Amino acid sequence: MRTPLPLSAALLLAGAACTPEQGAPPLPGQAPEAVAAAAGADKPAGRPGAEEFPVPPPPFTEGVFPCSQCHEDLEPNLERRELGMHEDKQPLRHGDRERWCFDCHNPKPRDMLRLASGTLVPFSESYRLCGQCHGDKYRDWKVGVHGKRTGSWNGKKQYLLCANCHDPHAPHFKALQPLEPPPRPAEIHD
Amino acid sequence: MNPKDQREPGMAGSQLPEASSRRDFLARAAAAVAGAVLANCSPEEREAYLQKHFRELTKDELARVLSRLDADYTKRFGKPFRVGAEPALANTLFGYALDLSRCIGCRRCVYACVKENNQSREPKVHWITVLEMKKETGVDVMDSDAYYRAEQVPREGHFYMPVACQQCRNPACVRVCPAGATWSEPDGIVTVDYNWCIGCRCCMSACPYGARHFNWTEPKLPSEEANPETHYLGNRPRPRGVVEKCTFCVQRTRKGLYPACVEVCPVGARKFGNLLDPASEVRYVIENKRVFILKEELNTQPKFFYFYGV
Repeated sequence: MRTPLPLSAALLLAGAACTPEQGAPPLPGQAPEAVAAAAGADKPAGRPGAEEFPVPPPPFTEGVFPCSQCHEDLEPNLERRELGMHEDKQPLRHGDRERWCFDCHNPKPRDMLRLASGTLVPFSESYRLCGQCHGDKYRDWKVGVHGKRTGSWNGKKQYLLCANCHDPHAPHFKALQPLEPPPRPAEIHD
Repeated sequence: MNPKDQREPGMAGSQLPEASSRRDFLARAAAAVAGAVLANCSPEEREAYLQKHFRELTKDELARVLSRLDADYTKRFGKPFRVGAEPALANTLFGYALDLSRCIGCRRCVYACVKENNQSREPKVHWITVLEMKKETGVDVMDSDAYYRAEQVPREGHFYMPVACQQCRNPACVRVCPAGATWSEPDGIVTVDYNWCIGCRCCMSACPYGARHFNWTEPKLPSEEANPETHYLGNRPRPRGVVEKCTFCVQRTRKGLYPACVEVCPVGARKFGNLLDPASEVRYVIENKRVFILKEELNTQPKFFYFYGV
């Protein structure tokens, strides 16, 4: 991804310990290019050592993205509190005692995710965020063993983002109703 | 002619020529019966009856067989059918890996398989059997339940083990077939030629995995549900009285696609690939995960591996 110039400048000024290609100072000024890139329109081609995974677009709930459409004018509030708006639809069931919004979401620009290092990551590369804690799953996912692959066993494969199967706010799989069992032998001989 | 009169040509007063033996007589009688039966058949039926073994067909003969089947199925199902016979790909040995720590027993694979492979809808024929087992006892086939019904899976205290053909490298089913109607292909798929299967079901009793299934009645396959993309050794519609089994979706995998069960699994528990390719998913599983094969002690040498991805 291209490095947004204002962001880099802010980064240098803040002197934060960030990766060179993308920085997230504690609360820098809004960087419009970074927001545009966050939806995943921009591919991560420029990032050194970037691995390309053919993933579908992030499965946003309709109308929630970009986050900035509502949060643009709201002052980020880092306090843990009752959220109402997001929590009634999406209660956090993902290490909710240890974790809060801004462990993963970036306060400003709001339309990016944020690694522990401060690096900003677009939603289209959310696996880098998940991989910070779930390193073993990330490793397996990269080689096609964790998660589903479709397409061709000897050619092009379609990957899925972690969030395509796991709700990031409640990642445990939901139970399913099983389909019909097979007939018992006696039922066939009738 | 009453065959009883002819049974003992050596007896006094026999009207058969002297050199005639029991063997000659039987051969001639069989030919006469076959001739009489075939005389009543359509040319297509006669051709199907006299068809050579699949592996002995020349290129031209195979093309004729396939076009005969195309026409037959197209007429029967009222939509264009294609019966292919794509040969095994070079340097390919198919293998499968299934993650027992992921499978939730939802049976989506069972029905994706039925849809892809044109199994009989009534009576139901399933190539995949999902066994429900108790976490307390672990993998124990004798203590498993294939007929579980539940509001929701996975059920508390249970895990699930889907079993289909294990595509053995030392397949007992192939060894016992008296007709040579089933064999291991060069890419490791154990296939059945439905035109040569005599329905004796020896293979079913030899298979330790319950992976072979018999068409007890004329399979019912509604034409709107039929998958017209087929392979001679795979998912082409079967007649009554033949045995069928998982073919790793030969009609898909020989074109580079994943099997249908891999693509439908909602938890990504199913992995498929080339065992000869060190970069394949199955090779990664075998080299990096805890893997076992079912009923290892029988020396069937499956190419189907169960693993714990955890």
